[in-house]
Amino acid sequence: MKSYIRYLKLYLKMSEKKVKRRDFIFTATYAVGAVGVAVTVWPLVDQMNPDASVKALASTEVDVSSVEPGKTITVLWRGKPVFIKRRTQNEIDEARSVRMEDLPDPEKDEDRAKNPEWLVMLGVCTHLGCVPLNDKGDYNGWFCPCHGSHYDTSGRIRKGPAPTNMSIPNYEFLENNIIKIG
Amino acid sequence: MSDHNYTPKSKFGKWFNDRLPLLSLANHLTDYPTPKNLNYWWTFGGILTFCLITQIVTGLTLAMHYIAHADMAFDSVEHIMRDVNYGWLIRYIHSNGASMFFLAVYIHIFRSLFYGSYKAPREIIWILGIIIYLLMMAAAFMGYVLPWGQMSFWGATVITNLFSAIPLVGEGIVTWLWGGYSVDNPTLTRFFTLHYLIPFLILGLVVLHIWALHVPGNNNPVGIDIKKPSKDTVPFHPYIVIKDTFALLMFMIIFAFFVFYSPNVLGHADNYIEANPMVTPAHIVPEWYLLPFYAILRSVPDKLLGVIAMLSAILILAALPWLDTSKIRSAVFRPLYRQFYWILVLDVLVLGYVGAMPAEGLYLLIARVATAYYFAHFLIILPLLGFKEKTLPLPFSISDPVLGGSANLSMAKSDKKEG
Repeated sequence: MKSYIRYLKLYLKMSEKKVKRRDFIFTATYAVGAVGVAVTVWPLVDQMNPDASVKALASTEVDVSSVEPGKTITVLWRGKPVFIKRRTQNEIDEARSVRMEDLPDPEKDEDRAKNPEWLVMLGVCTHLGCVPLNDKGDYNGWFCPCHGSHYDTSGRIRKGPAPTNMSIPNYEFLENNIIKIG
Repeated sequence: MSDHNYTPKSKFGKWFNDRLPLLSLANHLTDYPTPKNLNYWWTFGGILTFCLITQIVTGLTLAMHYIAHADMAFDSVEHIMRDVNYGWLIRYIHSNGASMFFLAVYIHIFRSLFYGSYKAPREIIWILGIIIYLLMMAAAFMGYVLPWGQMSFWGATVITNLFSAIPLVGEGIVTWLWGGYSVDNPTLTRFFTLHYLIPFLILGLVVLHIWALHVPGNNNPVGIDIKKPSKDTVPFHPYIVIKDTFALLMFMIIFAFFVFYSPNVLGHADNYIEANPMVTPAHIVPEWYLLPFYAILRSVPDKLLGVIAMLSAILILAALPWLDTSKIRSAVFRPLYRQFYWILVLDVLVLGYVGAMPAEGLYLLIARVATAYYFAHFLIILPLLGFKEKTLPLPFSISDPVLGGSANLSMAKSDKKEG
C-alpha cells in the first residue's frame, strides 16, 4: 500500500511536470506564431507607406527673381503647396516685434525666416490641412477658410483651432534667386 | 430561433434539407412570429436591405467604367455620365442612394431610440447596428472621394488629417493613410479598394444583425415582452412582407424624386470642379448625413479634443443600453423620456444645420450649446431618468388594451390582478 502511494505521488509529480512542459511548448508556439503573423502582416501594412516614386519627388527648385516685395508665390512640393513670400519691411517688423507670450506656439521669426525678406513655408493649415488664404485674417498674414485659423506675417498661429504654426520645410538658397525646397 | 421542426413536403426537398437545411431557414423566415402591432417605423429594416443591395448593384456596374487614377478619375465619372449607356441613371441612383441609405438608417436608429429597442435582450443587435453605421460612414466618405472633385479632395484632406491629432504617431499615421505627403493617387486607389470592400463587410454584419434579431424577436411599439408564437404575433409572411413592400414603394417614390428631378440637390457644386491641391474651396462641408458630427468637431476649439468629441458622439451610442437605466422600453410609457427624446431629435437637427454654416459668431455658440446638450442627454439625463421618472403602467399583452374590454391601460392591469 505504501509503495502504491509512493508511485501515485511520483506519478502526480511527473504529470504535473508534464503539464508544465506542455505549457511551455504552447507558450513558445504561440510566441513564434505571433512573430510569424506579425512578419507576414508587416509588408501588407507597409505597402501603404509612401513608395519609392513618391519619395523620389522629394525636392523642388524655384526661381524667385520675379517675386516683388509683398507678393507671395505658391509652388507645389510633395503634392502640397509651399508659400514663398517676399516680405516688406513692415511685415518683417510686425513679425519680429510680437511678444512670445502672445503666441500659442512660441517661435521666433528669426528662426522661421533665416533671410528675413523671404518666408518659405508649407501652405498647409496645421488644423486639418486646408490651404490658407494670403493677406487675410486678423493678423495680416493668412486665414484658413475651413475652420477659421488666423496666422501672422510669420505664418504663426494666433487665433483659431490650429494647434501649431505653419511648418517650415528644409530649404536653401542655391544662388541669389533659386530656392531649393526639400 | 424557430420553435417547431420543419420537414419539407417533397422527397427531393427532404433529401436536400437533410444535407443543407436551407429550406428550414426559409421556413423560419416566412413563419417568423412578429408582434402584430408593428407600425411603419418598423419597415425601415427592409428598406435598408433594399438600399444596401441597390448600392452594391449600382456600385458594381459603375466600377466597370470608373478609373481609379488621379489623372483620370474625374473624367471617367463624366464619361459615365455622358457616354455610358444609362450611366447617368446608374450614377445618380448610386450617389442619391447613399443619401437615401442614411435617411433610412437615421429613421431606423431614432425608431430604436424612441421604442427602447436597444435595451436588454437586444444589446448585441444594437451594437452590430452601430458598427454597420460606422462602416456606412467610412464607405460613404471614401465613395465621395472617388469622383476626384474639389470637395472629394479637400474632404479627404480634412478627414484624414483628423488622425494627425493623435499625439506622437499621428503624422506617421496620416502619411501611411495617404501613401505620400498629401492626398494623391495612392490615396485614391486605396480608397477605391476599401470602398469596394466595405459594402460586403456590411452585408455580413447585416446577416449577423438579423440573426441576433431573430433570437429574441422584434421589439414592438408597446415595448413589452410577448410570447412567440401567440395571439400577439403574426407570421412574417405575408403580414410583414406586404407591409414592408408597401413602405418600400413609398420610399422608392421619394428616392425616384431625387434621382429624376433633383439629382444634385444633396451634393455640392464644387465637386464638379476637378481636384486642385493648390486651392481650398472657400467653404468645405461634408455630405448632409455627416453634418451633426462635423458641427461637434468644429465646436471644440482644441484639435485633439475636437476629434475625441466627434468620435465619442458616435461611440457613446454603443454604450446606450447601459446608459439608459430605465427598465421600460417604449417611450409611450415614459412621459419624461418622450419629451427629452424630441429635444434630442431637435438638437441633432440643429447640429446638422450649424454644421453646414460657417464656424463663427452665433453659429459657433449654437453648435457649442447643442454639442453640450447632446452629451448631457446620454451621460446625465438618461442615467438619471431611469431612477426619477414615474412611468405609466404597462399592459399585460399587446392585445389587452385593445381586446381586454378595459377603457384604459391602468384598468387593464388591475383587471388582471383581480382575475
